[in-house]
Amino acid sequence: MLLKLEEVSKAFKGLMAVHAVSAEVHEGEILGLIGPNGAGKTTLFNLITGVYPPTEGRVFFEEKDITKVAPHARCWMGIARTFQLVRPFPELSVLDNAAMGRVYGRDPIKSRSRAETACLESLEIVGLTGRASEKAKSLTLVDRKRLELARALAAKPKLLLLDELLAGLNPSEVLTSMQLIKSIRDMGITIIMVEHLVKAVFGVADRIVVLNAGELIAEGTPAEVSSDQNVIDAYLGKSLRV
Amino acid sequence: MSAFMQTLVWGIFAGAIYGIAAMGLALVFGVLKILNIAHGELVMLGGYVGFWAFTALGWDPFLALILVIPATFVLGIVLDRVIYRYVVRLWGEEKIKNSLLVSFGLGLVLSNLAQWVFTGDERSVQPSYAGQGLDVYGVLMPYTRLATLGIVLVVTVALHLFLRKTYPGKAILATAEDYESAELAGINIDRVYMLTFALSAALAGIAGQFVTFTYALAPSIGMFWTLKAMIVIVLAGTGSILGALPAGLVLGVVEALSGAYLAQTYKELVGLVIFLLVVIIRPQGLFVRK
Repeated sequence: MLLKLEEVSKAFKGLMAVHAVSAEVHEGEILGLIGPNGAGKTTLFNLITGVYPPTEGRVFFEEKDITKVAPHARCWMGIARTFQLVRPFPELSVLDNAAMGRVYGRDPIKSRSRAETACLESLEIVGLTGRASEKAKSLTLVDRKRLELARALAAKPKLLLLDELLAGLNPSEVLTSMQLIKSIRDMGITIIMVEHLVKAVFGVADRIVVLNAGELIAEGTPAEVSSDQNVIDAYLGKSLRV
Repeated sequence: MSAFMQTLVWGIFAGAIYGIAAMGLALVFGVLKILNIAHGELVMLGGYVGFWAFTALGWDPFLALILVIPATFVLGIVLDRVIYRYVVRLWGEEKIKNSLLVSFGLGLVLSNLAQWVFTGDERSVQPSYAGQGLDVYGVLMPYTRLATLGIVLVVTVALHLFLRKTYPGKAILATAEDYESAELAGINIDRVYMLTFALSAALAGIAGQFVTFTYALAPSIGMFWTLKAMIVIVLAGTGSILGALPAGLVLGVVEALSGAYLAQTYKELVGLVIFLLVVIIRPQGLFVRK
């Protein structure tokens, strides 16, 4: 068990964004997290990365209780993420963006030249090697998404959280990104992905968790979930053919 | 012509001190996103460290910097641990309001403490070579002022290289840009804030040491330096850390010229008028591209 959520709830001024969610993430899997807008997907990500503490419940990573661990320390333990609205450091170069993950993340390299070599590898995985010296703000949206992914990979995560990585990409970019997600998993990194493109998630995920109005309403393989009546009623609207 | 040049040179010398005092304030404002009203008191305390190094130990005022810098750096760490780290954690409006209240209170405490310990007497330091200097075509340049300008330039370049070329420096910039993203990349932002505050205090300390032999030192000078630094960071553009130096020089020169050609009493006023003009016409600051 890599990650375990135990009855996790988060309330914002009385509004229950996430309510008593329990879930497990197995090592080496791709877990798809889906649900309508406002279902609490990003809130759940924030609870896993430690942006804020849960109102109730506990979070375990590799059997350790990390409920009260600060975000940077969770990164050191091996949890990294990308954001729905991309957030690389705009004034730093592409290489330095990735270097922040390599120098300050898990298993850090402090030597500059070795850190840079390692970062070039992360940039290569996402296809940004040629733009290493440019400032991050000069990149297109797609490339900034790739850069964020490279920064997360440079932190040597065991668990990678992808928040809407595919949003805003064209169909061919979606295909290459799905390939990329699979190859990251094959590197031994467990992935949780939040995605609106249901078809894409069902194509790449081993298991799916469905949230609705802050509650977990279904969990299982893509086939099980897509025929689940709760999911159809709450989210899909009609039965899915995948 | 030579009188004009002399005024200009005095303005540049004064502006260098404004610049380095403001750089510390800009650093904390840009990274911690709080306004430290007690910054001027850090200038004052740095000055007292230098003053006692000169008076009690007999150290040269420039040599004393090796004592002033670590002393104020450590003071910065202590203040961050005891006070500012709690302020930094607040959100939005609560954060900026509390930073004003807390640092204003801290400023009062520090200046009263200084008054109690050092008395309210005005102090200053006169090294043996104080009156000597270069005479360039009738324009007088005292060695102390030249050395001050030189040190300010060196410190500015060093800070620039630290922020742009080293990983700890880049981590400070990354935290300034997006602290949430930074901490999820594994950067311990609590440490970054501590280091930044300590650097800011050390910059204030350097400015304070220059005050001891350029102006006069007293427990009450803090607010004067906070205000000067605030004017300078608005001129520079909030968010521009190194822009504080050119902006400080501009303020120094404008004050010197208006003191010489209008009236000495209008000196402060002209600085504030420029401050208002910049806020109205170019709110992003003089040294920031849109």
